[in-house]
Amino acid sequence: MAGIHISEVSKIYTGGVKAVSSVSIDIVDGEFIVLVGPSGCGKSTLLRMVAGLEAISAGEVKIAGRVVNQIEPAERDIAMVFQNYALYPHMTVYNNLAYGLKNRGTPKAEIDTRVAEAARMLEITQYLERKPRQLSGGQRQRVAMGRAIVRKPAAFLFDEPLSNLDAKLRVSMRGEIKRLQRRLGTTSIYVTHDQLEAMTLADRLVVLNGGEIEQIGAPLEVYHAPASTFVASFIGSPAMNLVKGELHGDKLAIGPAMIALNGFAPTSGAVTVGVRAEDLRIARDDEEALPFRLEYTEELGAQRLIHGTVGDQQITAAVSPEIALSPEMRIAVDAKRLHFFSIETGKRLPGNVPAEAKLAPVEPVI
Amino acid sequence: MDTKRTTFNNRLLPYLLLAPQLAITLVFFIWPAAQAVKSSFEREDPFGFSTVFVGLTHYRQLFADPNYLDALWRTAVFAVSVTVLSMMLGLAFAAAVDRLARSAKVYTTLLVWPYAVAPVVAGVLWWFLFNTSTGLLPFFLERLGIRWDHDLNGTHAMILIIIAAAWKQISYNFLFFLAGLQSVPQSLIEAAAIDGSGPVRRFFTISLPLLSPTTFFLFIINVNYTMFDTFPIVDATTGGGPAQATTTLVYKVYQDGYVGLNIGSSSAQSVLLMLIVMLLTFVQFRFVERRVQY
Repeated sequence: MAGIHISEVSKIYTGGVKAVSSVSIDIVDGEFIVLVGPSGCGKSTLLRMVAGLEAISAGEVKIAGRVVNQIEPAERDIAMVFQNYALYPHMTVYNNLAYGLKNRGTPKAEIDTRVAEAARMLEITQYLERKPRQLSGGQRQRVAMGRAIVRKPAAFLFDEPLSNLDAKLRVSMRGEIKRLQRRLGTTSIYVTHDQLEAMTLADRLVVLNGGEIEQIGAPLEVYHAPASTFVASFIGSPAMNLVKGELHGDKLAIGPAMIALNGFAPTSGAVTVGVRAEDLRIARDDEEALPFRLEYTEELGAQRLIHGTVGDQQITAAVSPEIALSPEMRIAVDAKRLHFFSIETGKRLPGNVPAEAKLAPVEPVI
Repeated sequence: MDTKRTTFNNRLLPYLLLAPQLAITLVFFIWPAAQAVKSSFEREDPFGFSTVFVGLTHYRQLFADPNYLDALWRTAVFAVSVTVLSMMLGLAFAAAVDRLARSAKVYTTLLVWPYAVAPVVAGVLWWFLFNTSTGLLPFFLERLGIRWDHDLNGTHAMILIIIAAAWKQISYNFLFFLAGLQSVPQSLIEAAAIDGSGPVRRFFTISLPLLSPTTFFLFIINVNYTMFDTFPIVDATTGGGPAQATTTLVYKVYQDGYVGLNIGSSSAQSVLLMLIVMLLTFVQFRFVERRVQY
């Protein structure tokens, strides 16, 4: 059991391409960290540097207090689960699990106990004599996890382990990974491009973009106070609405409409305004509202997403399916549910979300 | 497989389209083979005026002939040595090149060149290198206390043709092994590295087992190569000597039939050679079917 300390780590490829630029993350013992970002953001490269499969161009990675930059993957006391499982096709499930232990000269009796224990935990005992090709996707995934846990490493590294599974299996395997990690208490780094997976699994998530960290935080922190427009649009489904607005004193102008902010304005002038689809609601007749022109709807069952425009800007709102729709609607939002970002940098403007508003329950839609 | 089938309205057209290929197969493969089978049952007089059907006489004589049985054994030694030597070296080169990042293409190109050399030229090349009076290698071997003389020493002659034949085949084996190694998924190698397996151990426990289809394929090809295609090498270097020490089955077919003009016996020998290769291929494919699946 051990913490992982990543400090100022960069990956620069020959030719000067920077895949990861001075990333620092402190991971405490037993924590489940998810690296999330679009493809090409450097999340896999970062994971592979921790694993020792890629050389670290600059910076330092410490596992359990030991600098591992120059240490072979085998000596780093980590286990990795690959996207395509990377099971040895010519070995039985038993041998797949035992391979790492055999290489380390573990006594046969000990190997048997450990493999049996891992197999029982993952419910693959009856498949131990089969070859990987005789297993389904989900079973292969379990074997891949089994291979990681038999070694009892200091850390698990997951490289998009669920992306080859179908949607239903992915949800159940997600639960199992979480349960297993809780039970074993092993420090884990998990790479995914799926924000839902990131939200549900992480103790803390690290949002990466273009090789740099956009934000580190607990899932709800990141969801409710995204540090930049990138995080705002990446985390959460549907993506947060981002529109151009202008602050005039305590009032916000979005296209033709004006909204009173009741003291929530962080600055003045042009800003990017962010608002979650579920924070928008149909306005009462007597309140200030945005004129909304409905374009199309998406049914999610419990919710209905209505897509349309305010002025010339795209807006998506999540409303109850019972609400009557009409081509022209008025939608309202509470000022404290608005997020403001700098137009130039895309960074969140400080001080615009009072502490108590952060995790306040979402008001029910009408 | 959901390929669209073409249907012909004209019944003659498909046969016409097949005709060139069928004609080539018939004229150059089936007909000569059938002729060989036919003449293996016949005896011809020295002037070619008459032929007599003699049944299995040639075959019976062959199996009673110690010269033929020696050639059979010699060919087995030759085939196994060439196959093992060229496959091991091909694999070693492939493993080495597979670990190269930048210069792999240059090495691949250079290593493939010997395959483009005609067998006779390859034979002559090694014959020069090993030439008893002017060759480079006997000069150095002499310093090691070995008196190289493939003109008088049968073992030396055998080693010479094994080296010459294997050298030519290394390129071919190398290419297939390299392709095989490169199709081993990178993540398997990485997983094994994390599992605590060093480069050598990884090679023997991961890469090599995954190469088994390639290995079996090459085994068949190489054995067939040494059985048939090494005639020019033997002819250009040792001419089957000394004292028939390098007379392989295929060379004996040539000597008895073309030089000795014993067409009947020569035909019987080539039919036997054909049967041996067919049998080997059949056994190997059956073996491959069952064993190589993973």
